[in-house]
Amino acid sequence: MADVVVERGRIARATGARKGSSLRNVLGRKSTVAFLLTLPLILLIGLLVLYPAFFSLYLATLNKAMTKFVGLSNFTFLFKRETFWMVVKQSCIFAITAVIFKALIGFIVAHFVHNIPGKKQRKWRGMLLVPWVIPPAMSTLAWLWLFDPSYSAFNYTLSFFGVGPIPWLGETFWARFSIILVNVWYGAPFFLIMYLAALKSVPDQLYEAAAIDGANWWQKIWYVTLPMMRNIIAITTLFSLIVTFANFDIVRILTSGGPLDTTHLFATWAFQVGIQSSDIPLGACVSLFMVPILAVAAIFILRDVTKRGNEA
Amino acid sequence: MADVALRKVVKRYDDVEAVRGIDLDIADHEFIVLVGPSGCGKSTTLRMIAGLEDISDGDIMIGGDIVNDVPPKDRDIAMVFQNYALYPHMTVAENMSFGLRLKHYPKAEIKARVTEAARLLDITDLIDRKPKQLSGGQRQRVAMGRAIVRNPKVFLFDEPLSNLDAKLRVQMRIEIKKVHQKVRTTTVYVTHDQVEAMTLADRVVVMNKGCIEQIGTPNELYHKPATRFVAGFIGSPAMNFIPCRLEDVGGTLQLRLTDRIAFPLPPARAARYNALPRTEKLLLGIRPEHLTESHAHLAPGVETFDTVLDVTEPMGMETLVYFGLDGTPVCGRVDPNAGAKDGAPMRLAMDLNNMHLLNEETGVVL
Repeated sequence: MADVVVERGRIARATGARKGSSLRNVLGRKSTVAFLLTLPLILLIGLLVLYPAFFSLYLATLNKAMTKFVGLSNFTFLFKRETFWMVVKQSCIFAITAVIFKALIGFIVAHFVHNIPGKKQRKWRGMLLVPWVIPPAMSTLAWLWLFDPSYSAFNYTLSFFGVGPIPWLGETFWARFSIILVNVWYGAPFFLIMYLAALKSVPDQLYEAAAIDGANWWQKIWYVTLPMMRNIIAITTLFSLIVTFANFDIVRILTSGGPLDTTHLFATWAFQVGIQSSDIPLGACVSLFMVPILAVAAIFILRDVTKRGNEA
Repeated sequence: MADVALRKVVKRYDDVEAVRGIDLDIADHEFIVLVGPSGCGKSTTLRMIAGLEDISDGDIMIGGDIVNDVPPKDRDIAMVFQNYALYPHMTVAENMSFGLRLKHYPKAEIKARVTEAARLLDITDLIDRKPKQLSGGQRQRVAMGRAIVRNPKVFLFDEPLSNLDAKLRVQMRIEIKKVHQKVRTTTVYVTHDQVEAMTLADRVVVMNKGCIEQIGTPNELYHKPATRFVAGFIGSPAMNFIPCRLEDVGGTLQLRLTDRIAFPLPPARAARYNALPRTEKLLLGIRPEHLTESHAHLAPGVETFDTVLDVTEPMGMETLVYFGLDGTPVCGRVDPNAGAKDGAPMRLAMDLNNMHLLNEETGVVL
């Protein structure tokens, strides 16, 4: 697009015999055109991302009534609270476990789907994407019913095997298990679709060459598929890690952080502290803690991607 | 190293027969080229030998053992692909040694084999590079190196030079021939380029529509084609096919091309074609190099005729001339100093000692 505009600019300049040339020159420059074309997005990001980010930084330095600047004392206060460290731990457990399972399931299912021929594949792909396209707030409500301790389908089914009833959302271990389960159910299709696209981009002849070289199916995956998909895996993992880490709706709907705050993530705890307990500066402070943790993950994963970008 | 044999091999895709029961015996050390237009089944045949395609019917034998159901990795073959199929995340050395590493060869032996193959292919300096940092020709060498280090029973080449530019193709063709002279591994090579086929092969297999048209040495195919397809496919520019008929004039057998042009056949040819019915619709097959400018001293069996040239193509060492005989386009090859000009009349000589006579309907060379 930009190229076309630039070309037109050049032609206009060549034929227009240098009248009103300074404005035309500025407009004709490639960088100017590029900037103008991205301006709407820059404004949008500024409005919806940068402004709230800086505003929350500002908020985090105020006292509870938001009348006085208190510096970093909100942060030091948080460090002393046991719940805060539990949230840090729980967020990490939740995000890492969920992402690992999403990636594993996505990878395995992507292989199966990849091997389904032609038209059938499209049907399966569509069906398997369903969890991802349903708004999570709605689908999580359905899960809430499934997890009901007395009347749910899960416990009813398990009762035939003499198991249960399991307090899905009432006990710390099971509550953590349940929110991870729902998150995996919701997020695995994203991995599936990304991995499927990556699988399709691996040339068949590499597998044929590997087959002739003597590789079995496992060696083909290890030596051909995985290295060829490394970048996609890294970027998908990072992306999912960020989204999972910042998850709000699933925990909010299923447990609201309970029992005894043991399933809180940063976002839900920030909501509880900031909105429900009316301590907005402290809530802002909690949510800001996601930034350094995610930044470290992003640096590690993306540094590897750029390093490898030169190989493939 | 081993011989390869195909017995009535068939490949069916749903209701399409890609390969229709071919028989082929490839001797140990032999360099066989499968050649034909796209869709003739040559690549499918190669992939069946490799084990990358199942065979629908028949038997494939490598070294005397039937390998129909043996997976590629256990057939002890190596294959060079058209787009090289190098593993992009591995270095040249890792690419070449991959097969050996999977088979858990000792490290010292792997190193020795890779070094030796790299030396043979002149890629020693590139051994630590990734495929992305190599040119097309270098990648092709690495792909060959990967095949050589395995020291397999059979080399399979699937149009290995099609992705290279013309100059490099000629160069790599010579390289491949040299490598084969050194390692002497039985080789099956697929190409659609008849020049590659002629220059590389001990024997050429010409395929068309899933069948073998003819098997023979490059010279046999060139001088004694069995069918119109082979006659037209081998040789560039292609052989001319001119409608003609036989007639008896005063006790000699004549070949009539047009109302104006008829030649008495040389005695050997006359004896060969005498039994043919005079009414049969025939085609004269004559290669462009047997249609030259006229000389003062013509050998027996060389007949002259006058024509008007449509187009001339000076090639440097020769000039190609194009003209029509009763609407049939014909190509000849004359000396660049013979004075051939676009639209000018010219006297040409046809060497009937090298003619072919074909049945127009069946395409069989008589």
